[in-house]
Amino acid sequence: MDISRRAFVKGGVAAFTATFAAPEFLGDLARAQGARTRNFVVLYLSGGNDALSMLVPYSDSFYYRRRPTLAVPAVDVLQVGADRSGASLGLHPRLTGLKQIFDQGRLALVQRTGYENQSRSHFQGTDIWSTADPRNSVGLGWVGRYLDALPTPLDPLAGWNATGTSPHVLEAAHASVPAIANPATYAFSSANSGAEAAAERAAASRISSHVPVDRPELAFVYGSSQAAFATLDRVATVASYAPTLAYPNSGLGQAFKAVAGAMNRGIGTKIFYVTTGGFDTHSGQNVNGANGTYHNLMATLNDSLFAFHNDLKNQGLLDDTLLVSFSEFGRRITENGSGGTDHGAASVMLVMGGKVNGGLYGTAPNLNTDPQNPTLENNAADVHYETDFRSVYARIADNWLGADSRALLNGDFRKSSLNFI
Amino acid sequence: MEHLLRRAGFGASADELEVYSDMSIGQAVDVLINYDRTSDDVDRNIGRSGYVGTTSNGPFSPNSIITDARQRWLFRMVHSTRPLQEKMTLFWHNHFATGYTKINGALGPTEATRYMAAKASEDPGSVAGQLEMLRDSALGNFRDLLLNIAKDTAMLVWLDGRTNTKAQPQENFAREVMELFTMGVGHYTESDVYAGARVFTGWNLAVAGAGGSAHQAFAYNANQHETSAKTFSFPIYADGGQTIPARPAAQGMQDGIDLINALAANPNTGRYLAAKLYRFFVSEAGAVDEGFVARIAGVYQQNQFDMRAVMREVLLAPEFWSAQSHFARYSWPVEYVVRALKDVGWTGFSLNSALAPLASMEQNLYDPPDVSGWDQGQAWFSTAAMLARMNFAATLAANQKFNLAAAAASEGSSPDSLLAYYRRNLAAAPADVAVTSELLNYLRATSTWTGSPAQLQAKAPGLVHLIVGSPEYQFV
Repeated sequence: MDISRRAFVKGGVAAFTATFAAPEFLGDLARAQGARTRNFVVLYLSGGNDALSMLVPYSDSFYYRRRPTLAVPAVDVLQVGADRSGASLGLHPRLTGLKQIFDQGRLALVQRTGYENQSRSHFQGTDIWSTADPRNSVGLGWVGRYLDALPTPLDPLAGWNATGTSPHVLEAAHASVPAIANPATYAFSSANSGAEAAAERAAASRISSHVPVDRPELAFVYGSSQAAFATLDRVATVASYAPTLAYPNSGLGQAFKAVAGAMNRGIGTKIFYVTTGGFDTHSGQNVNGANGTYHNLMATLNDSLFAFHNDLKNQGLLDDTLLVSFSEFGRRITENGSGGTDHGAASVMLVMGGKVNGGLYGTAPNLNTDPQNPTLENNAADVHYETDFRSVYARIADNWLGADSRALLNGDFRKSSLNFI
Repeated sequence: MEHLLRRAGFGASADELEVYSDMSIGQAVDVLINYDRTSDDVDRNIGRSGYVGTTSNGPFSPNSIITDARQRWLFRMVHSTRPLQEKMTLFWHNHFATGYTKINGALGPTEATRYMAAKASEDPGSVAGQLEMLRDSALGNFRDLLLNIAKDTAMLVWLDGRTNTKAQPQENFAREVMELFTMGVGHYTESDVYAGARVFTGWNLAVAGAGGSAHQAFAYNANQHETSAKTFSFPIYADGGQTIPARPAAQGMQDGIDLINALAANPNTGRYLAAKLYRFFVSEAGAVDEGFVARIAGVYQQNQFDMRAVMREVLLAPEFWSAQSHFARYSWPVEYVVRALKDVGWTGFSLNSALAPLASMEQNLYDPPDVSGWDQGQAWFSTAAMLARMNFAATLAANQKFNLAAAAASEGSSPDSLLAYYRRNLAAAPADVAVTSELLNYLRATSTWTGSPAQLQAKAPGLVHLIVGSPEYQFV
């Protein structure tokens, strides 16, 4: 911690931080004095994750009947016990790391999460999971709204988006979250060198401070430019982060490495966003093959998340961290003729962290094709939701983020049985 | 005129501006729209001196190597004398967004590039890659475009149509053709998705040609067509009929044609396209203008989906020419890069050096992130992407250092005259006075102003970097 603090001060950002640091953001100095921070990581599985392949209802004969080529054989699943409906469940065989986290009681699996009349559109669906409002897919993101509600001035590095684009979930009225796809290339270059380069950088930085408040479109770009200058130095300290173990070379693995680095450096960031794609498995889903599409998706997820978990654990940061995953929808239950699955409804959410009460939450669907089957919808084609996804968000808001979920989510979605944190 | 060329093209070099400045707006729009009167010979100039450079690993192979294909398209954007054709191709590429990465995963890099980018006249099997198909009918009839895209090899891989068979139809293309290519979300139901999937059963791929000309091409596979009737929630036929009748398998391909005709003619499609055209050509400030949408959708219907007629109306629209529309659209990364090249200069610059920066700005040509295309507007301006833009400006300015200093030699008598010179040549949204002061302060920093060649070699590129990297320059 000493080394990172020195780098931090040497980077010339100490004075800056003192100006912006809000009380809930704890640097490593404060942590060394015993204070704790609460990191929140949002993981988006893009494309619509097939929950039935991730958390397999291997005692349901309809699962095997409806997925003749895609079902995971019961002998292969990583058993995680039975839920309160009596359904026996198992993780996908490639999720060996997640199984260990589950066994250590730090992974909660919230089954059948979704909402009424769930959108089967990727884009509208992702928007709804982002706004946390099924009636309004164009509003601000719920995490963005959370940032907006924090005391001002908000540290420009309060959030860290580990992608190059701007996800809807972080969209805010005032707060802006820097996109840091790669800390090593998050830097400013000049057309000249030496003193001329310094003069260019100084001028660009000063220009970005003259935000034209009466021109909102232009002001937005100014805001982005300003946020870049306000975060460059601190992000540079993360570029040199040496983790306690090797992360996979995947995009997700490297994103998690940067997130762990930011936590390790204690640079004030509290909210993190990471994503991994490829879940839109309409064809050739190949759940079981060693190099199958879905098998590879699980490999990427498992290896990256497990490395992140272990790195944080090694550094004593796990108790300060909570991660939640979401995806826009689950997939249809019956496989299609392309060896894939089309867009469906309810899915599964992962919640991981040192303080998480691990286990199975909610109940598995019964995959019986009876159109009246209450756990399914759309003539038993898709999984019907049991837990409103906003209830998961509400639990996190109230019990981890220190917010009032009713204000943040515009309604009371609290559900006491959802006591994963 | 510059506004027109920024929107209907990629900005204008001084030479181009000279050509257009003698024309009335009506004449200029006429020339842009009727681009087929101008010969399409831009590719001949690749590799010639006087044009922006390309760099490839071995012979330049834009029909089989994706980075070369990207450079070819960027080259066209810089140098084409048919700017609207390139602009519309970009619009369609985003509209029918198909990603190289998935095609590559399925078929490998050479074939994936071929089906995305091959030029029919240069391919042994006369394959026209998807972008060439879009470019060939960039101002064609939307209904034809839709039919072509439904039969396009890359699309059949991208949205899995190639495996759509009758036993368990596959819904990917059926959903997106309604949601993203035509009517828009909210105008179709889940049953429509099921019915649409059945309509397109058997719209698969097969190998055509033999030997060197062998290639994957659309083939209607009657054995895999599901023949029963399909009923939709919207009209399919002119008489309002909503059911595609059961047909023998041999005639089953007509199902898809009927649905495509219906989707092209659906009133929601005209409005959906008009709103997208408004955002792309007119303005991203405020709400989409409903009057514009109604008018353009009307033109679309009256002209039987002819995009040339539609675009004439768009480019002559009062909303397009309103002062409020000037610099009211966030530039896309490729627009930004191409316009910077046209404004700053390209001698000695290779387009290959623009590819990594474009990736950091989140736009890889031929590889949009998903079927909805790129997130636009403010979404282009994450901090990382904004840094990438500023850094590209620095790279280009440093690369053009000597050219810039030489060109500015007669303009460098004072910081003010140098700034005025670049303000004339690097058109951007108006900047506040405070920004002007900062730029002048920059020119005066580090040394007393002499305007010497050595000073200009530092300050001219420095100033170009600051202006091209400024927020004001990020708009078109």
